[in-house]
Amino acid sequence: MPVSLLWAVDVYGRVYSLSTGGQQWEQCRDAQLEFKRVTAAQQCCWGIACDHNIYLNVHASDLPIRYQEETYENHRWNPVDGFSERLLPSDRWQWSDVTGLQHQPLDSFILPSKSWEWEADWYVDENFGGEPTEKGGWTYAIDFPATYTKDKKWNSCVRRRRWIRYRRYKARDTWAKIPSEQSGLPDPFNDISCGGWEISEEPRGRLSLWAVSLQGKVWFRDGIYHHNPEGSNWEEMSVPGEVVQISCGPGDLVWAVLWEGQLIVREGIGRDCPQGTSWVVVDSPSPEVGAIHVGVGVNVVWAITKDNKVWFRRGVNSHNPCGSGWIGMVGEMIMINVGLNDQVWAIGCEDRAVYFRQGVTSSELSGKAWKVISVPRDGDRSHSSASASSLYMLQIAGCFFSGEVRSESNPAEGEVQDPPAAGIALSPSQSGGPLDPQWSNVDLEEAQSQQAGAGAVLDSADTCSLSSVATYTLALEEPYGADEHPLWAWVNGGGCSVDCHSQLNWFSSLAQSVQSMSLSITPAQTAAWRKQIFEQLSERSKREMDNFRHYEQAIEQSVWVKKGTMQWWRDWKPHKWMDVRFALEQFSGPEGNKDGILFIYYNFNEEKKYLHAFINEVTILVPVLNDSKHTFAIYTPERTKQRWPIRLAAATELEMHDWLALLSVSCCDSRGIQGPPSKQAIWSVTCKGDIFVSEPSPGLEAMPYPTPCDQMFWRQVGGHLRVVECNSVGVVWGIGYDHTAWVYTGGYGGGFFQGLASSTDNIYTQTDVKSIYIYENQRWNPVTGYTNRGLPTDRYMWSDASGLHECTKTNTKPPSPHWTWVSEWAVDYSVSGGTDREGWQYAADFPASYHGYKTLKDFVRRRRWARKCKLTTTGPWQEVPPIPLSDVTILPCTAQSSVEVVPLWAISNKGDVLCRLGVTTLTPAGSSWLHVGTDQPFKSISIGAANQVWAIARDGSAFYRGSVSPQSPAGDCWFHIPSPSKQKLKQVSVGRTSVYTVDENGNLWYRQGVTPSYPQGSSWEHISNNVRKVSVGPLDQVWIIADKVQGSHSLSCGTVCHRLGVQPMEPKGQSWDYGIGGGWDHITVRGNSMEPPRIRLPSLTDPSAPAPRSPLSARNMEVNGNAVRC
Amino acid sequence: MADDKDVLRDVWFGRIPTCFTLHQDEVTEREAEPFYLLLPRVSYLTLVTDKVKKHFLKVMKAEDVEEMWFEYEGTPLKWHYPIGVLFDLHASNTALPWSITVHFKDFPERDLLHCPSNSVIEAHFMSSIKEADALKHKSQVINDMQKKDHKQLWMGLQNDKFDQFWAMNRKLMEYPTEEGGFRYIPFRIYQVHTHTHTHTHIYIYILAGVSPFLLTLTLTLTL
Repeated sequence: MPVSLLWAVDVYGRVYSLSTGGQQWEQCRDAQLEFKRVTAAQQCCWGIACDHNIYLNVHASDLPIRYQEETYENHRWNPVDGFSERLLPSDRWQWSDVTGLQHQPLDSFILPSKSWEWEADWYVDENFGGEPTEKGGWTYAIDFPATYTKDKKWNSCVRRRRWIRYRRYKARDTWAKIPSEQSGLPDPFNDISCGGWEISEEPRGRLSLWAVSLQGKVWFRDGIYHHNPEGSNWEEMSVPGEVVQISCGPGDLVWAVLWEGQLIVREGIGRDCPQGTSWVVVDSPSPEVGAIHVGVGVNVVWAITKDNKVWFRRGVNSHNPCGSGWIGMVGEMIMINVGLNDQVWAIGCEDRAVYFRQGVTSSELSGKAWKVISVPRDGDRSHSSASASSLYMLQIAGCFFSGEVRSESNPAEGEVQDPPAAGIALSPSQSGGPLDPQWSNVDLEEAQSQQAGAGAVLDSADTCSLSSVATYTLALEEPYGADEHPLWAWVNGGGCSVDCHSQLNWFSSLAQSVQSMSLSITPAQTAAWRKQIFEQLSERSKREMDNFRHYEQAIEQSVWVKKGTMQWWRDWKPHKWMDVRFALEQFSGPEGNKDGILFIYYNFNEEKKYLHAFINEVTILVPVLNDSKHTFAIYTPERTKQRWPIRLAAATELEMHDWLALLSVSCCDSRGIQGPPSKQAIWSVTCKGDIFVSEPSPGLEAMPYPTPCDQMFWRQVGGHLRVVECNSVGVVWGIGYDHTAWVYTGGYGGGFFQGLASSTDNIYTQTDVKSIYIYENQRWNPVTGYTNRGLPTDRYMWSDASGLHECTKTNTKPPSPHWTWVSEWAVDYSVSGGTDREGWQYAADFPASYHGYKTLKDFVRRRRWARKCKLTTTGPWQEVPPIPLSDVTILPCTAQSSVEVVPLWAISNKGDVLCRLGVTTLTPAGSSWLHVGTDQPFKSISIGAANQVWAIARDGSAFYRGSVSPQSPAGDCWFHIPSPSKQKLKQVSVGRTSVYTVDENGNLWYRQGVTPSYPQGSSWEHISNNVRKVSVGPLDQVWIIADKVQGSHSLSCGTVCHRLGVQPMEPKGQSWDYGIGGGWDHITVRGNSMEPPRIRLPSLTDPSAPAPRSPLSARNMEVNGNAVRC
Repeated sequence: MADDKDVLRDVWFGRIPTCFTLHQDEVTEREAEPFYLLLPRVSYLTLVTDKVKKHFLKVMKAEDVEEMWFEYEGTPLKWHYPIGVLFDLHASNTALPWSITVHFKDFPERDLLHCPSNSVIEAHFMSSIKEADALKHKSQVINDMQKKDHKQLWMGLQNDKFDQFWAMNRKLMEYPTEEGGFRYIPFRIYQVHTHTHTHTHIYIYILAGVSPFLLTLTLTLTL
């Protein structure tokens, strides 16, 4: 989870922030000003300074905030001048907006505030609907307003072109004053609260900002969103009394406190009306004492009364913003704030310390206890001693462990002065009792130094070593205490993303310091420790066993059989699940290699029969979780050809995972595969998000007889991804369904691979979120209008997208038991084709093309409902915050290359093109993003071995990035490449020299005429259809995910295919070889730079001779083109 | 780079070369040859000495045979300590192979428990595992296991099947990811009283969830 900030103001008006990953308050030194109050969102923080102005601090990010200004230049043709700026009097302005109604000369555009700057000068946009225009970007039409085309025709009388210019918000990570533009802004502001970002996703980054003036009036700031962080103007909201304080939650809750002590609740807040419509008064929690402060979240309201008592409001949600009753809570606070995930922050009445409410979960919103945040401020005495001391203890523990005597005179780089003495002196006093007499009598036989002392401490603390470490750490923290305790005035957690599971190092209690100690063990220390143990063990084995290997073993090796019962999807018709006994027999092969056989015993016509498979022939084990059965599929090369795996179902999920883990270890053992995937590995992802990896054989790209790709062995790696990309130096990145970027950590296993099948290091928790959609369908009838009563022939009134399956809100389940719902059903407005204000799309009939407005001819309508579900798993992946991605590509270095920095490009989920800096094999996550400007959003990108960057824009056009080199990693400009005629491209992959693209209709295209001097190439050549994705590797090898591959038993969609016959002189190849499928979604072969062994065959030297057909691959061979084999 | 798996394997496959000789007082029909064996450190003496018994019974009369027990330099060896523990406690400083004396009579009732069958070892082993899991998971994991899972653990040990054992044992070694480790690590302290020395050796064996022998080599704390 990326770090985020908790904001606070102390009683002197200094603003501090505390990072969720940090351990001290950092003062916001930028402002010379003192602040009264701050209110934060994740992307920014607003504050009222002591000069009564409002300031905005937008956090810096690798992505700039840039706003595209545009204006149109309009020309009309006349016989004298040709096209000229002289228009008819009835025409539009010579410079206008797109509609022609607004006069917009270039010099009328001014920067909205001092916080903005122009990025460059105006220029002409030469891209027209995905196609490049020539001649200065002009588009032609018969008249204004009309349809414009890029070609000038005989009847073109007018023309226009679009000018664009970007302005950029520059005031980032600094407090920028919001100009008080209106004279109407009356008296100074007294309180401020921002929120409302969950009300609507459009426009992106929208915020509600509420403010209260000294006179008790309430103002709403309009028009705040990503591209306009400052907002537009203040709008006064009438209130039933004088307001003293206001609080706005992330959703649609807004509460305020009146001077008289009642509370008011805003109603009518929604997508179309973020400021709401009316107020409802709620009485103070206590009849005698009025409320003084309120804090609201998504589903909670907390309040404080004038006697500093804390109150929790029951039953609050967006349907009932007023809730149902007050509950008194413990604690005396002066202010309270509800942050993200309904977490609660407060400032204590007595000590003015910042408190965190512990144990707040969605099921227990009131939490459990107040916990004080005790971390120093950056101005305070250094805190490093505590962490250093725990490190020191750790080293001591290491010494015990190793049993060696080691000099500890300089622990932790000398940061701690004389820690052993401190340890001895402090620990007994901490333990509270009299000194244990025993430890002074201990015979310090060999360990005279610190270890002895610490060992004695361990003894005297008389519990276990951990607790003595804890008291020790605590003891060192003592020196700064009550006298230096900062006094806080205000806290805001609106930008602070924590939940009850977050591990924070903000609290100093016994248990916590133990935890922070365990956190302070770095992976490097663990690795060193493990190495030490391993070496000692090896040494022991050598010492004890080397001379005695000829001795007899006490226990003879034998065959080990594991049995169980399962259900099997039988091979013959009618297909059905039948109960079978299942057995795995494992034994050691003749050369000591492990092998095994799988048996499936079943009854057929009262006769006992069995089916078996050799473990060394199994190519993949695929878990197929659905909500009714825990099934998995076992493939062998034969079964892959048939497209008919052995399907088995275990009784429970746990049992299935046990079997899968066992079978997987068994398969890997029999093939001698262990440890993490190699750098050359081929990665793929299924449509369920499962990740598989295969070690390429040297002959995989051999000519003319490559290893058939149905023989490739795939093993699963933990995690959940939608896209994975790699290169041959071992840099691997993935993208989740929720667009989170992940970098591979070098581990293996995770997920259900526990214990031996998994590495212990480098496995982290991974989460993914996706939306499940259902459709509400209605038909119009003349009496009642649109109703949920359709015609008898109609689709279900609640259905999936196709209308064929009934999907109601209650019966729709998450895709598998691994997923849990994390939101309620909500109308989805972001449907292609647009919707009306209630999310409806209209059409003449089902099924048809829908549009977002109602016409007279529309008799049916539908709207889409979305609900988010979340999956939590583990795998060798670490998040790369903070920018969500939709595509990523890594330069396919060849294995010999000594490239230090590895070029990596990506597309953000908003379509920004990004270039990652600082990616090396040691730091595969890189350091920061460099934004590469484009005039429109992009969706796919690929970088070839010679730094040739190709990208696809959302409008389906292709672009080539010029002058990318190690010296200029971001290149200099985009060249627009026309797409194949009438096709919109969707994905691109560039290998060593080859460029392949896939269009939205599933066609695979090869770029002809690409040469070093003309890298853009000349034209597109059609290679194949039914292609979903393409991956071109560093050997220019071509792999695709194909749809509709026919096997002997069944048809499969989403199949891995390998292009055969690809050679330097024939980069397009000849035919397809079919591998694992269906249900595959993504593959990357960009790690495999292994040159195949060279085989010289006579037929190759003579091109006219027909190539001999391989008996192995002939059955899968196909001359050219169509990936469908029917 | 060493992996946890390598460590586990090395621990599991640790062997002690041992020479078994019959005690001189035992009555034999002909002279008994010593018997040499590689004993798994993680197993129990009575579990892996069927071959030893068979070897010496060949030279003995059935009526002279009572329960077999072992002794090293006058100290009866407790079969319910893992073999590695016994070796480290008593014999770590001697030259290899470890020389153990085999007895078939005069069972030292005061020092040793009887071991009439393997099921006694199994019961002892399972109770150690349960103790460890009580500390690690409040017994949740071991209680959730089925009888056959318990059996698999035991059979894994009995038949020296690393994979079989670990396929089940891994469950005992899991901890919630968010906690990053075990809160409590069970360990057992073995103490040997030797009459010749003035100080005592205390050996701490981390149960680390596994079984009482994960780290039989390293954790020696000398006071």
